[in-house]
Amino acid sequence: MKRKIILGLLAGAGAAGLIGCAATATTSETDAARRAAQVLRASFASKGMASLDRLDQDDVQRLCTEYAEQAVPPAIAERIQAQQLALVKKPASGKLIGDWKAGEKIAQEGRGMQFSDAPDGPRGGNCYACHQLSPQEISFGNIGPSLLGYGKLRGNSEAVIEYTYNKVYNSQAYSACSNMPRFGHKRILSPEQIADVVALLLDPQSPVNK
Amino acid sequence: MRLKRIPGRTGIAAAAMCAASAALAQSAADEIAKYRQMLADDNPAELAEMKGAELWKTPRGPKKASLERCDLGLGPGLVKGAYTQLPRYFADTDRVQDLESRLVTCMTTLQGWSEAEARKNPFGANSDMQALVAYIASQSKGMRMAVPMAHPKEREAYAVGKRIFFYRAGTHDFACATCHAAPDLRIRLQNLPNLLDKQGAQLAYTTWPAYRVSQGEVRTMQHRLWDCFRQQRFPDAQYTSEAITALTTYLAKNADGGIFNAPALKR
Repeated sequence: MKRKIILGLLAGAGAAGLIGCAATATTSETDAARRAAQVLRASFASKGMASLDRLDQDDVQRLCTEYAEQAVPPAIAERIQAQQLALVKKPASGKLIGDWKAGEKIAQEGRGMQFSDAPDGPRGGNCYACHQLSPQEISFGNIGPSLLGYGKLRGNSEAVIEYTYNKVYNSQAYSACSNMPRFGHKRILSPEQIADVVALLLDPQSPVNK
Repeated sequence: MRLKRIPGRTGIAAAAMCAASAALAQSAADEIAKYRQMLADDNPAELAEMKGAELWKTPRGPKKASLERCDLGLGPGLVKGAYTQLPRYFADTDRVQDLESRLVTCMTTLQGWSEAEARKNPFGANSDMQALVAYIASQSKGMRMAVPMAHPKEREAYAVGKRIFFYRAGTHDFACATCHAAPDLRIRLQNLPNLLDKQGAQLAYTTWPAYRVSQGEVRTMQHRLWDCFRQQRFPDAQYTSEAITALTTYLAKNADGGIFNAPALKR
């Protein structure tokens, strides 16, 4: 039932579009935005996996750029979140919790999707770049919050599992313009790999929860 | 089923662990700072500076001319302080140029190289460009950053550069701002400068070019930004392209007033 509500919201946001929300932008800012898009297009070349179309912004990227220096207005944030949540895809098996050991490997792996990376080479989530997870790994970043004890603090109810899967799949389903990549939505990780990361966060056997 | 945000981190144990980790990160940063200081008096960048000084005055190219009449913005042949006032607008090319873009211009007009020849070897051990940049930058040591904004194209470059700084795109939705717009951030244990903060912007900009110990090379600002874009999962940023110049203008202007201290020594 809830799904219907979300789709309804989406339809509302759809036609009117997520476009044209930057009523506050001054003319010169709009000019700079237009020029920047042209300049970027003329200044890069496709290489390896990274083709030129990576510079083309989707609606979310454009809005998040628009509001980069201010809070996203609540109505727009709600729309983004509803739209992104509706785009989450679950693994074919329906299993949202995979193998935490595989999840740890994905969390450690920083390679993937750069023009210098082999297209069929390793591809990870690089979670430790921004988050603390397993206590054994002391080389972790702090752009995102510490996730040490994530499952211990939250339990693993259906609601928590669902939230965690969705969050990794599409961070903006709950937090519009989050800094975190949309790992599932942008096909950085497969639904099964995301389930493995969920296991790293929620499995009581995972070092994250020890 | 739509869920509300799960309650945030709690607990004294977690806080204590956070503090311990922060201490670890701090001690790693301290060690790196110590290491830097130990090497500071013997920066291998000096070898590149000497090579660049030779290249500057040696007649080269089809026209067998030196670069000594190259105008880096302060007049033909004036090198001292030039780097602190770049990027800037040049009337002869009718565009804003950073040092490397300007050197390409001088190598074509004065020395007679083709544009492709002048740009073909921008980075790496055998790069003349890299050595020239090291030399020219070294001649601004101790001087204050003062990037001109009098020309409309300079102001436009700044505005476009600012937009690029915040431009989110690609597979990971990253912008420069994802990592460089808040204080005290790290990727793993690597500290990230906050480029929106005056001091952060000054410290970052005034220490490039730099000899990268991990890479065994002097790296220029062009290289730094090219490699940032690679990690951002953007396509291949072209050498001396307008986007790089605009972004450099934004970063350089934000560092205004900072005392230039490069070529520096970095990890």
